[in-house]
Amino acid sequence: MIDLTINTDLAKTILTSFIRTEVIRAGFKKAVMGVSGGIDSALSLYLSAAALGSENVLAVRMPYKTSPQETLADAQTMIDDLGIQSRTIEITDMVDSLVNRFEDMSKLRAGNIMARMRMIVLFDQSAVFNGLVMGTSNKTELLLGYSTIFGDSAAALQPIGDLYKTQVRQLARAMGVPDAVITKAPSADLWHGQTDEGELGFTYEDVDKLLYLLVDQRYRPETCVEEGFERAFVERVVEMIRRNHFKRVMPPIAKLSQRTIGYDFLYPRDWGT
Amino acid sequence: MKIKLALAQFNTRLGDVKANLDRHLEFIEEARQKRADLVIFPELSLTGYILQDLAANCALQPHQNDPVFNELLQVSKDIDLMVGFVHEDPRHRFYIASAYLSEGKILHIHNKAYLPTYGMFDESRFFAWGDSVRAFDTRFGRVGMLICEDFWHASLPYLLWLDGADILLFASASPGRGLNKNARLSSSEWVEHTNRAYAGLFTNFVAHANRVGFEDGLNFWGGSTIFDPDGNLVVRAPDFKEALIIAEIDLNQLHRSRAKLPLLRDERTNLIQHELDRILDKS
Repeated sequence: MIDLTINTDLAKTILTSFIRTEVIRAGFKKAVMGVSGGIDSALSLYLSAAALGSENVLAVRMPYKTSPQETLADAQTMIDDLGIQSRTIEITDMVDSLVNRFEDMSKLRAGNIMARMRMIVLFDQSAVFNGLVMGTSNKTELLLGYSTIFGDSAAALQPIGDLYKTQVRQLARAMGVPDAVITKAPSADLWHGQTDEGELGFTYEDVDKLLYLLVDQRYRPETCVEEGFERAFVERVVEMIRRNHFKRVMPPIAKLSQRTIGYDFLYPRDWGT
Repeated sequence: MKIKLALAQFNTRLGDVKANLDRHLEFIEEARQKRADLVIFPELSLTGYILQDLAANCALQPHQNDPVFNELLQVSKDIDLMVGFVHEDPRHRFYIASAYLSEGKILHIHNKAYLPTYGMFDESRFFAWGDSVRAFDTRFGRVGMLICEDFWHASLPYLLWLDGADILLFASASPGRGLNKNARLSSSEWVEHTNRAYAGLFTNFVAHANRVGFEDGLNFWGGSTIFDPDGNLVVRAPDFKEALIIAEIDLNQLHRSRAKLPLLRDERTNLIQHELDRILDKS
């Protein structure tokens, strides 16, 4: 039986301590994050506030003209609940000035542009607020590559990157994230009516179980089929993991010298701290 | 004889020996004031764990002339110490090592013999393999030191036991992993079960100092423990928090435990040697 239940007290202890330690050792005491009204940024926000104190977290709402009003309202509810500082910086003009230049602009391209515009806003606010940009990616989307490289994947820390979406839901509930945020259909809100599960063609609950076997338990794909997962589903997920691996690593440097960054120049990120 | 053991469960500064030495001296002073006889520091306590290419930069040659060891040897006149460091041998090989200091002298150095190089670990890329395991005599009796992966192999605690160690001193920088529905990480539970098993199976004292803090994304879970020769928990430090834990152990308990459970007396070492010879010959 596949059981993804986590001890939420223990997860909270480790993750808040991680955020506090890593922010401080980088020479900061604050964090900046985009808050969409969705569950991932909500959890990251609640963890950051618990780790750093409400006064040290800046939530940035970055709506595009098609962003649903209720997600903005959900974000505001959480900002009020935590008593943290917030700013609303609409990205419509920034996005449209690029999007409107091209007649053949696709939804996917526009979605990626929005994600990257938000990244620009966050890193700029990071300089103003003097805080690190907190990531909001979960393990499911990192493994599936369901993110925009240098967009929503750009951050200083990824506190929830080792929690599957279903585990994000458990921890979010334990941290007091509002029910409305936890229960609504996950969406990148890149266009009207978009939902993750609609676009992916499977549910997080199903894919998390499969990913747990493939990744955590090192099952071979064939064995997952024997365990009852549909072959086409298994093959598709395995291929998504492989095809999107480039999003999870630094770009390769072409080796020429005796000592090259990434191959034989190896230092931990936390070097000297 | 009753002795007080101190477990210094703390967070290191990665690659900064001077800063870590200062923390050692603080813990040692506190332990001394609390009348501890021995302070046990975690694995690589003078350097931090994920060193990679920093290993060579923060390596030490353990003798009087090294300023770091000189300072530790000075304070060891009042209290015994077990410290973790990168050991650069005279041929400039680098080991993960623990040194036992007492009365101004280095009594023993153990070079980590099992270097995990799998999963998240990459130790043998950066370090040389230690090639001996020896118990040694201290003013509290005969002891043995092991470092983390060393005691994930039952053979090394077993060898130290046969070599006369009644107290096993374990040092770790153990990254926490295995979050599930339980209140502790599965790695924490695994290590604690193992240490309890060694204490009970060998009717030995087993003291384990593990560090806390984070390096890159890894957490170190702490939870340092001492088990007595009946396999009972003497003391456990909190998980994830710095602590100097001091506990008294009664070495007379070895007499009592081994009188009722003579596992050491009955150990069939000749049989083991015979069978090992056969097994190794065959391969």
